[in-house]
Amino acid sequence: MKNESSNATMPPAKAASAGDKSPLDYLKHNFREYGMLVTLVAIMAFFQYMTEGTLMQPLNLTNLVLQNSYIVIMALGMLLVIVAGHIDLSVGSVCGFIGALAAVLMVQYDWHFVPASLLCLACGALIGAVQGWFVAFFRIPSFIVTLAGMLVFKGLALALLQGQSVGPFPESFQKLSSGFMPDLLSSEGLRMTSLLLGVVLAAVLAAAGLRARARQIKHGIQAEPAAIFFVKTALFAALLVYFSYLLASYQGLPNVLIVMAVLIFLFHFITGHTTIGRRVYALGGNEKAAKLSGIKTERLSFYTFVNMGVLAALAGLVFAARLNTATPKAGLGFELDVIAACFIGGASASGGVGKVMGAVIGAFVMGVMNNGMSILGVGIDYQQVIKGVVLLAAVFVDVYNKNKA
Amino acid sequence: METILEMRDIRKTFPGVVALNKVNLRVRAGEIHAIVGENGAGKSTLMKVLSGVYPHGSYSGDIVYEGQERRFLGIHDSEQLGVIIIHQELALVPLLSIAENIFLGNETAQRGVIDWMVAHSQAQALLKKVGLKESPATLITDIGVGKQQLVEIAKALSRQVKLLILDEPTASLNENDSQALLDLLLELKGQGITCILISHKLNEISRVADAITILRDGSTVETLDCREEAVSEDRVIRGMVGREMADRYPPRQPEIGETVFEVRDWNVYHPLHTDRKFIKGVSLQVRRGEIVGIAGLMGSGRTELAMSIFGRSWGRRISGQVLLNGKPIDVGTVEKAVRHGLAYVTEDRKGNGLVLNEDIQFNVSLANLKGVSTAAVIDSGSEYQVAQRYREKLRIRCSGVGQKVLNLSGGNQQKVVLGKWLFTSPEVLILDEPTRGIDVGAKYEIYTLMAQLAAEGKCIIVISSEMPELLGMTDRIYVMNEGRFIAEMPTAEASQEKIMRAIVKAS
Repeated sequence: MKNESSNATMPPAKAASAGDKSPLDYLKHNFREYGMLVTLVAIMAFFQYMTEGTLMQPLNLTNLVLQNSYIVIMALGMLLVIVAGHIDLSVGSVCGFIGALAAVLMVQYDWHFVPASLLCLACGALIGAVQGWFVAFFRIPSFIVTLAGMLVFKGLALALLQGQSVGPFPESFQKLSSGFMPDLLSSEGLRMTSLLLGVVLAAVLAAAGLRARARQIKHGIQAEPAAIFFVKTALFAALLVYFSYLLASYQGLPNVLIVMAVLIFLFHFITGHTTIGRRVYALGGNEKAAKLSGIKTERLSFYTFVNMGVLAALAGLVFAARLNTATPKAGLGFELDVIAACFIGGASASGGVGKVMGAVIGAFVMGVMNNGMSILGVGIDYQQVIKGVVLLAAVFVDVYNKNKA
Repeated sequence: METILEMRDIRKTFPGVVALNKVNLRVRAGEIHAIVGENGAGKSTLMKVLSGVYPHGSYSGDIVYEGQERRFLGIHDSEQLGVIIIHQELALVPLLSIAENIFLGNETAQRGVIDWMVAHSQAQALLKKVGLKESPATLITDIGVGKQQLVEIAKALSRQVKLLILDEPTASLNENDSQALLDLLLELKGQGITCILISHKLNEISRVADAITILRDGSTVETLDCREEAVSEDRVIRGMVGREMADRYPPRQPEIGETVFEVRDWNVYHPLHTDRKFIKGVSLQVRRGEIVGIAGLMGSGRTELAMSIFGRSWGRRISGQVLLNGKPIDVGTVEKAVRHGLAYVTEDRKGNGLVLNEDIQFNVSLANLKGVSTAAVIDSGSEYQVAQRYREKLRIRCSGVGQKVLNLSGGNQQKVVLGKWLFTSPEVLILDEPTRGIDVGAKYEIYTLMAQLAAEGKCIIVISSEMPELLGMTDRIYVMNEGRFIAEMPTAEASQEKIMRAIVKAS
């Protein structure tokens, strides 16, 4: 803050906007950051009220996590693809294809689930690499390449399964989706280990936030106003503890939630704090400038697709494990939910803009609406209408705010 | 002869820059009126004011056309009255046919249905008028630039043109096509069409023009009448460049050492027209602490030369050698070039230099992320301090290094780009139009920085279309034209006339 006021050459109008801000002003200027979170909480509160408390019941909350895990996992990869200025329409088909492959390997050929899963992930990487190769090095628009991929893998999934459902999977593989964290402390009632893990995680995140803030202040970087920071951190920690309490009172933390949480953290870190993440934003923001700054833009685009392929494969495994069977229809339309999650979360279709946390929140906005409307008995017809309207509204508000600023 | 167009006291400003000030232009009906001036003198801006690209209200002053004051709100308004502008970058749709292009936006249609028979026969007639022997069904992409230019004129004729404005029509044409175009202009003049011709090529102007208006630094200098007596090229050049040069450049005592950077026999082919050699056998040397200028007109290949050296960012089939301290170095990719200590500050800072949507900190560290990270993890604290350091060193005026560069003025954006490259600690700095579109104060600061870097022993290459800048800041000047170095002179012996003459003689 000292630097701000000591700059005498600065025009007064700018000085005013950069000086001490009231927390409210700060919120206004950073609407994008907080708006989505507030929206998610509002939507949850709305459905909690409308469903008379069903939404937040431990069983339903567990289901909510399981139902959305594969969308969230793919949204992480999709966010990078979109930030890099591309799109991937094939993820739903790839998801279904990998599920089919897993089923064929494990059910028909009796492979152990570990080598089978690894092969599936490698296959996802290969699919991503092929698509990325056309997009990055041959400059074929990603829309076209992945549209082709969508058709190809939908067809291949059908061919692999010969039009039939294949299952059930070995029990050890099912655990990926239907398993819960083993409880070491007690066997009945509240799963203490899960609850403790939630509490510890909340504490760790709060401590990390505090440390980052202290460093910001030490370096003289303008930090969030104290009031907002502490309210936000407290609220977030409370929510985390509350959710882990709810989950713990059912069967504990689902395995897939742990996988998801690790991935979210990993991608949050990569996009926000590493050179490779930074380069992806530069690539999407201005490819020519990135290139002239020594960034290997083609290779970077390529890797975003490889990454997307691996995550789509993982999502395919999770989904197959959850259904306990591979069906030719698996993955149908997933790409739309995944892309919508990124855009609701504030990503820009022209690239360069978007945050991992935004995409995760976007995925849960869609998920909570799906779940809530199903409980309320809204037909699948109007569910789609409402989801479409929400997507448009979210992006409209975003664009409107940006134009006003 | 009566006056068809009069522009009085035109003034047009962009944020931070006065582009036009007190410009007066009087064009008589049926004449070819040339407008000349250096790059950035305001010619194109003036024509955009005239044609309504910059609508009434965004400039001050009056436009009187055919005896009435006009307030064009868009290009459509001016076209309706027969004022038609043909830009240097042709506005044709490459994958549509000649006939489709001629009538684009002006289709001979009834209730939205186009009668292609009528359109083709009309197009045929128009093509005959401009002397183009092509079928109207030919696609634009299949004909050369010269013929495309003629299609543009045919398009203008189809709209009942009265005042035709041509912006550098022969810049990309060869000798024959240029001659044909000029002949056509004379023919149109015979039919009573008035023409405003913007050109650098003084020999062409003296061939066709009836009057010449000279612009300099956004103001009219004078209008010369060529009908009574021929105007010499020297006379025009003097008008174009004559200006005071008092203290616009910081003083410096150059301390020039041994040769550090050298390019030998550099040849580059055009990336699209692969058989067209664009840079032809260029060699250059820069010594320690020296500021070397490259003069030349737009399109002479200066930017392409710099970009092809900087990690092959432009062109194909590049051959030649780059040496640093006497040893050949590999500059095959931007990354390698940067590692060897090269830096290229682009002329197009918005398009090629900055990620506009991101903040100052993001942009400053972009070319040297290794410098602010350990094991690929960015240390935001040290990144912030780096940005802060360059903000202070370059005096970037902003609310903080977290400000988006989109919201900075041109001069401050340029400083961010400079900061980005200084952070790579370059040995050889190529500055391409470093002061384009920025105000006088910021220019002086950038000149000071250049002097300072040279004093630290860096090699600096400046590409500039502003000759006073080259004369004021450099130690030695290469003159480039059509992909070749056509002259080299110590700045002490150079003058604007000398450089201009070299260019005009060669083209």
